[in-house]
Amino acid sequence: MQGNAACAEGALAAGCKFFGGYPITPSTEIAETMARKLPKAGGVFISMEDELASIAAVIGAAWTGARAMTATSGPGFSLMMENIGYAAMTETPCVVVNIQRGGPSTGQPTRAAQGDMFQCRFGSHGDYSTIALTPNSVQEMFDLTVKAFDLADRFRVPTFLMSDEIVGHMRERVTIPDTVEVERSRPLAEESLPFEASADGVPGFAPFGSGRAVHVTGLTHDERGYPDTTDPAAHDRLVRRLVAKVESARRDIADYEVTNPDAETVFVTYGPPSRTVEQVMRDRPDDTIGHLRLRVVWPFPEFALHEFPNAKVFLMPELNMGQMVREVERHVDQPVVSLPKIGGELHTPAELVRALEAHR
Amino acid sequence: MIAPDWFRDDRLPHIYCTGCGNGTIINCTLAAVEEMGWKRDETIFVSGIGCSSRAPGYILTDSLHTTHGRALAFATGVKMARPDFNVVVFTGDGDLAAIGGNHFIHACRRNVDMTVVCMNNYIYGMTGGQGSPTTPPGAISSTTPYGASEPAFDLAELAVAAGANYVARWTSYHVKELTKAIAAGMQTPGLAFVEARTQCPTNYGRHNKLRTVPAMVEHLRSHAILVRKYERMVAEGVPIPEGAFTVGELVRRSRPAMGVQR
Repeated sequence: MQGNAACAEGALAAGCKFFGGYPITPSTEIAETMARKLPKAGGVFISMEDELASIAAVIGAAWTGARAMTATSGPGFSLMMENIGYAAMTETPCVVVNIQRGGPSTGQPTRAAQGDMFQCRFGSHGDYSTIALTPNSVQEMFDLTVKAFDLADRFRVPTFLMSDEIVGHMRERVTIPDTVEVERSRPLAEESLPFEASADGVPGFAPFGSGRAVHVTGLTHDERGYPDTTDPAAHDRLVRRLVAKVESARRDIADYEVTNPDAETVFVTYGPPSRTVEQVMRDRPDDTIGHLRLRVVWPFPEFALHEFPNAKVFLMPELNMGQMVREVERHVDQPVVSLPKIGGELHTPAELVRALEAHR
Repeated sequence: MIAPDWFRDDRLPHIYCTGCGNGTIINCTLAAVEEMGWKRDETIFVSGIGCSSRAPGYILTDSLHTTHGRALAFATGVKMARPDFNVVVFTGDGDLAAIGGNHFIHACRRNVDMTVVCMNNYIYGMTGGQGSPTTPPGAISSTTPYGASEPAFDLAELAVAAGANYVARWTSYHVKELTKAIAAGMQTPGLAFVEARTQCPTNYGRHNKLRTVPAMVEHLRSHAILVRKYERMVAEGVPIPEGAFTVGELVRRSRPAMGVQR
């Protein structure tokens, strides 16, 4: 099965009931699969007039309690930023899939990149926090899509599946379980206000039709949901909570693989560059080479870097000019080497071996 | 007061200026809702950004106060996911016709079963009175200090051309007609678009020799021509007075619609 098809299957398995999208290479197969299968699963597929409208419709559907998603690539992702900020501010659970391609601008529609890793974290204006997952296989396109819906519901936050053209168009064997367990948002307690946080910083959810007359606004609002735009304390309280509810759960959200924790030279990867590192490690069995592969990049799990106590150097191959490497640099004392590659192709094993020899 | 149990008492006072027509249009809309017998728990108000779009915040239902221009796209998601809900969108001329123009024509084309009430005050009121796509040629605003030089959009005609099943236009003077039109729109499956021209004495009238609220409302009344009369005038070659516009029902039809509860 193709990666993009597996993503759609994951969404269906997770109980997604609304897809709003706009065609864009290299993500289109997700919309096409959803258009074919979602109506038969009792859901709604709608092709909107642009990506601004796609994410808007998704947020509208999410407030009726439906699991809702959209899928896009760089140019569409840029258009979605406005309402991704709205989703963050209004604590709307929704899933946005970005099958990354070369940018900036129209760039390389049919080529892979990981150039939107900071955009998914900081792309909309103002302070907020989000969750981003990075699959490296067709199986993970399925598994992490399911997981993205659970995280979106649990933390009431827009959650990103940050894939790319390579994994989206890759074909591999995939196991689809008969059923998957899902975790939905905690319902709003009778005695709680609509935006009154529980101990974990996340308010209970009362979708439209619950009889709670919830007013949802992108303006700074109080626990009732009413605009309160001039009181510094109201804004401070709200935005600090929006950030903290995700950042304070970093360990809970984290998902990563550690190989050879005693190693001195450690690759740090997410997405398909991990496949090249795995190939290098298969070709040269060597305990002094370690590998940290992140399946969740935001919130950034800095503690994962400390699972390599003997590390002397971190090597970071990315399909961009060096983005997540900045996060690694922030959190370790050892030298960190960025191995950027752009243009659409993966690093070859030989390229990574050369980097390994140069820096160990 | 119309439908008092539909208002959020704890949200008062509201933000509207003295003499603003938006409250009149909210009242007309809620009167139509009352006429329809809709339940509060099944009625969703959606809006974008601007003075008009603050309306849902004063109404005691689930509501979505969204981003500038995007209300119709959000409302499409709500209605398509839950066709059993009654969805009403409040918008304004800047929100609907400028930044939201694309969503406007596509919502009309899809004919999603909802009611859209546009408070057209010829101006971006909330930001202090800048020229909008409906500012009449020659009118003074803070960004058209020498008179607006662009032609204005006719929002109702645009909705007709784009395919909406129900389109009407009235003003804040025509309270009974406006209420009836909104109710007729709510009864029509598909998208109902009702343009309500209204006074903004603070940011429009003040700069256009319509300093008082009565002067603005009288201006709306005296420039409104019933659609049928307008057509007769055109057919007979009677000159149309400058600044005149049509009021009444522009279209009521039953093209295929989306999001209609079966």
